[in-house]
Amino acid sequence: MSKINLSIDGQKIEVEKGMTILEAAKKINVNIPTLCHHEDLCVAGNCRVCVVEVKGRERLEASCATPAEKGMDILTNTAKVRNARKDNISLLVSEHNTQCTTCYRNTNCELQDLAAEYNVDGDRYLSVLKLNTKVDKSSWSIEKDESKCVRCQRCVRTCAELQHVNALTVSHKGKDMKITTFADLPFNEVVCTNCGQCVNRCPTGALTERRYFDDVWEAIGDPNKHVVMNTAPSVRVALGECFDNEVGTRVTGKMVTAMRKMGVDSVLDTDFTADLTIIEEGNELLTRLKGALVDGDKSIKLPMITSCSPGWVKFIEHMFPNNLGHLSTCKSPQQMFGAMSKTYYAEKKGIDPKDIVSVAIMPCAAKKYEANRPEMNDSGYRDIDAGLTTREFGLMIKQAGLDFNNLKDTEFDSIMGESTGAGVIFGATGGVMEAALRTAYAVVTGRSVPFENLNITPVRGTDGIRSASIKIENVLPEWSFLEGVELNVAIAHGLKNARVIMEEIATGKSPYHFIEVMACPGGCIGGGGQPIPTNPEIRAKRTKAIYEEDMNKPIRMSHENPEIKQVYSEFLEKPLGHKSHELLHTSYRKRNRY
Amino acid sequence: MAEIAKIIQEKVERYGRKRNALIPILHGIVSEKNYVDNNDMVRVAKALDISAADVYGTASFYSFLESEEKGKFVIRVCKSITCEMKGKNKILKALEDELRIKLGETTYNKKFSLLQTNCIGLCDVGPAMLVNNEPYTHLTPEKIHDIISDYRNK
Amino acid sequence: MSNKELKRADIIFSPYSVAPYEILKRTMKKDKEHVINELIESGLRGRGGAGFPTGIKWKLFAQEQESERYIICNADEGEPGTFKDRKLLVEVPRKVISGMAIASWACNAKNGIIYLRAEYKNLIPGLKKEIEIFNEYAKKFNLDFTVDIFCGAGAYVCGEETALIESMEGKRGEPRNKPPFPIKKGYLGKPTLVNNVETFATASMVCRYGASEYKSYGTDDQHGSKLFSVSGDSPKEGVHELELGMKISDFVEEYGDGDTKAVQIGGVAGFCIPRKDFDKTIIGEGNTTGGATMIFNSTRSMYNVLHNYLDFFAEESCGQCTPCRVGTQQLLKGIEAVKSGEKPESYLDDLIKLSKTMKITAKCGLGQSVTNSFTSIVKNFREEMIY
Repeated sequence: MSKINLSIDGQKIEVEKGMTILEAAKKINVNIPTLCHHEDLCVAGNCRVCVVEVKGRERLEASCATPAEKGMDILTNTAKVRNARKDNISLLVSEHNTQCTTCYRNTNCELQDLAAEYNVDGDRYLSVLKLNTKVDKSSWSIEKDESKCVRCQRCVRTCAELQHVNALTVSHKGKDMKITTFADLPFNEVVCTNCGQCVNRCPTGALTERRYFDDVWEAIGDPNKHVVMNTAPSVRVALGECFDNEVGTRVTGKMVTAMRKMGVDSVLDTDFTADLTIIEEGNELLTRLKGALVDGDKSIKLPMITSCSPGWVKFIEHMFPNNLGHLSTCKSPQQMFGAMSKTYYAEKKGIDPKDIVSVAIMPCAAKKYEANRPEMNDSGYRDIDAGLTTREFGLMIKQAGLDFNNLKDTEFDSIMGESTGAGVIFGATGGVMEAALRTAYAVVTGRSVPFENLNITPVRGTDGIRSASIKIENVLPEWSFLEGVELNVAIAHGLKNARVIMEEIATGKSPYHFIEVMACPGGCIGGGGQPIPTNPEIRAKRTKAIYEEDMNKPIRMSHENPEIKQVYSEFLEKPLGHKSHELLHTSYRKRNRY
Repeated sequence: MAEIAKIIQEKVERYGRKRNALIPILHGIVSEKNYVDNNDMVRVAKALDISAADVYGTASFYSFLESEEKGKFVIRVCKSITCEMKGKNKILKALEDELRIKLGETTYNKKFSLLQTNCIGLCDVGPAMLVNNEPYTHLTPEKIHDIISDYRNK
Repeated sequence: MSNKELKRADIIFSPYSVAPYEILKRTMKKDKEHVINELIESGLRGRGGAGFPTGIKWKLFAQEQESERYIICNADEGEPGTFKDRKLLVEVPRKVISGMAIASWACNAKNGIIYLRAEYKNLIPGLKKEIEIFNEYAKKFNLDFTVDIFCGAGAYVCGEETALIESMEGKRGEPRNKPPFPIKKGYLGKPTLVNNVETFATASMVCRYGASEYKSYGTDDQHGSKLFSVSGDSPKEGVHELELGMKISDFVEEYGDGDTKAVQIGGVAGFCIPRKDFDKTIIGEGNTTGGATMIFNSTRSMYNVLHNYLDFFAEESCGQCTPCRVGTQQLLKGIEAVKSGEKPESYLDDLIKLSKTMKITAKCGLGQSVTNSFTSIVKNFREEMIY
């Protein structure tokens, strides 16, 4: 790559040809404000906030979209630049619903930050905010308020480039231009997977998750209700961000204490049911392998694909409805938890399940939809009553007036609070695969996976699609059919990559036996319910924290979890047994692709 | 319905199952029924394997790709400044009276829709309008009556 | 700057013509580089409005390495007040196709497309026939060049070359970031030459007459002739081919109705020249080269005129970038507010400043040009904005 010389604010700098002015400025820590720009997405260049002056040109250039050129003399902070930016920000404010006090993104809004920085006067221009716009609350997961849209198109680009779902589009032009769904239909009537990646990248409160924490407060305050809360692995490595902790700070102990102080009756761990999922799904895989390799059963669908990501599940239901047989029939850890909380837990604790309110704290937007899928009531009640995001949970802690950063660490309750390192790594892409392999290998061979510290590094990483091969040798006698088999596995994250995997499967040419798919880039740590903002660096730090949690766990394999052993011996009997099928397995349905 | 499917298939054969084919397909549908409804858009999405939202987003951008039902004859009166100077408002009123609908509406028998449009390149012979693709120039309220009568007989 | 008297020219619509595609035949016998240099020498600038030197565009296009490349004739004539391209396509389509064919030969491009606006759909049968005739000649001359027609669907912004290309690719007509320019990365990411209808027709005439003869028309700094679309308060409405370089006052004397108050030059994206500035050259500094001239006499309300323009812009903006999408609405609402008294007259100055921000930050020519008519009308007819 050839280098070029230019000057930014009087400072000489040498950069690679092809870099944008914005990137060049970043190199020397010159901060240029942006809005439509996002590290995960292609350049748009439509907000016109990042404009800078290039000497010799009358017009200002958008620094995010303009390649740096040899000899450019760039000025990022002249009066001309500041006035232009102030004007454009004022224009955005003039088409915005400025009732910040009631907005969910109040104090974490990029337009607010820009307006404050440029001291924008809301009365300078007339309001061109369209009146009579409605808030779309039709979806269980996502809420859209067009009065807060700055039309940066980040959501459209996310749904197009990262997820290849294309649920959102820009419609009309001129003063009628807006961002919406097909035919402006409510979210629950269009092809949307509820992954919430759009919410993560929205700079304002235009796209948010549907919020249910008021319902949860009510349940907590109701003396007749027994509130059981479970928290996903990804929450504990990101919740700290809501309280100004550095990204990647693990706050597990404080998180548990906070829940207790909020008045939750039982503080339990989704990681427990993650372990449970591994037992069920691992056995399901082995059963399918036996059926395919030994019995020659043509109806067995391989590769088997994980089913714990509800955004992914809805994606395959819409896009590849004829390949649903590849999905594991296991429910997600959240839903297994819900079903168990109103049966096993209720029984053991002697509580009437009708009085149990099961609440899940998830890094996910799609889990709100998942909790409300009609079939998710195997316990005889709605298995999960409310799904909250990490963000909502952080807000509840603030509302409770807790001094989060100074809380003491405490442990989860029993009998669904014990978990292993395998359960924790569910939060990272490749984690479910690694957890499954640790247990499956041990069950089949009687030995641990041949990786140092059980860290199966080939399945880790950030590449969109990764694959690995594990040779199964010297198996225990009952697994003889697997002797010498090369188990081919693949991991995909981000729905764009899920599509690639599925297209290969649809042609019949997939070389894999088992695939993990996560809807969100990075896996659950990058989920649609995690603290905002998101970018590759943030996701990397959260992932590192997940693997640290894993290493710090005394038990690292799901099948060694004593509470898991207990639940089988005292309640479920055996993996894939009658009770398991009743409570822990589910079915899927075909949906429209277009 | 079968007509629409045929049109889509023809265009896909000609342009390929690619995004480039989208606007020609939408034109084909509009030529047939003067607008593109939601079902059509889903069909087009399926034919090109793109999302219905993408079809909608593209179609809604263009003024001549109507998504609300229109009459057999879509009248577009030019509202550019020179046509206005020549008396466009009188022409509009004459049309509203003749068709007994207001600007933006469609006659109950779905024969005529009345719209305004931006400059159609007939500034020296205005006031001007298009009825579907046919231009009419040097309009007067009297001429309007004749033009509409002709179309009534079609 | 030497101003000229108003003089008609007969280059484009000359009554004298040669055999069909004779110009193409003769040109193809020359040296490609020489032909392009002649075009540069002639000083011909794009006739769509942006005014980029045509010869230089062709030269850069010819220098591109990719063999897959496209020539697009921009017939999306949407600038209010412009109708010359319609006339060209109806009366002298062969000159237009010749221009495209010469570009194809000189720049080694096999694919030609005419992007025809939806409002001109009725011209398609005629154009198709002409293309059939051209195909015969192309075969005879051994020129591998096909011409297709792509029909637009009603969007003024698609006259902008990158928006036009987006439209051809089946997307919303939203202008792209430039660079890269279409010459390097255009239709389907390939090198693309986009020129206006009149530009192609004129280019073929430059090839016929040669650069020096073409330059003998016009003045020292504005060579050649141009088509003017004259409309409004004029007894001589229509397309007039005139030499460049004459004074507005001469133009008004010839084409006005004796009571001319203002002339809008370059369509609504151009400037509104008041009587006191009629001593300027008709296409001078900054003025666009589309050639639409709308004439307003003293009975016309310039508030109405400006309102009409802003309504147009607010509707036709693609909506992508903040300054244009919101700015056009603010200007429209703003003049209404001043008129109604809701805002004081000083607000007009805030609006002028805003229009200047639009000029320097908007993503494409549409948003960048609004200030032209806005500032010229508000500055020169301020009382009409208030009372």
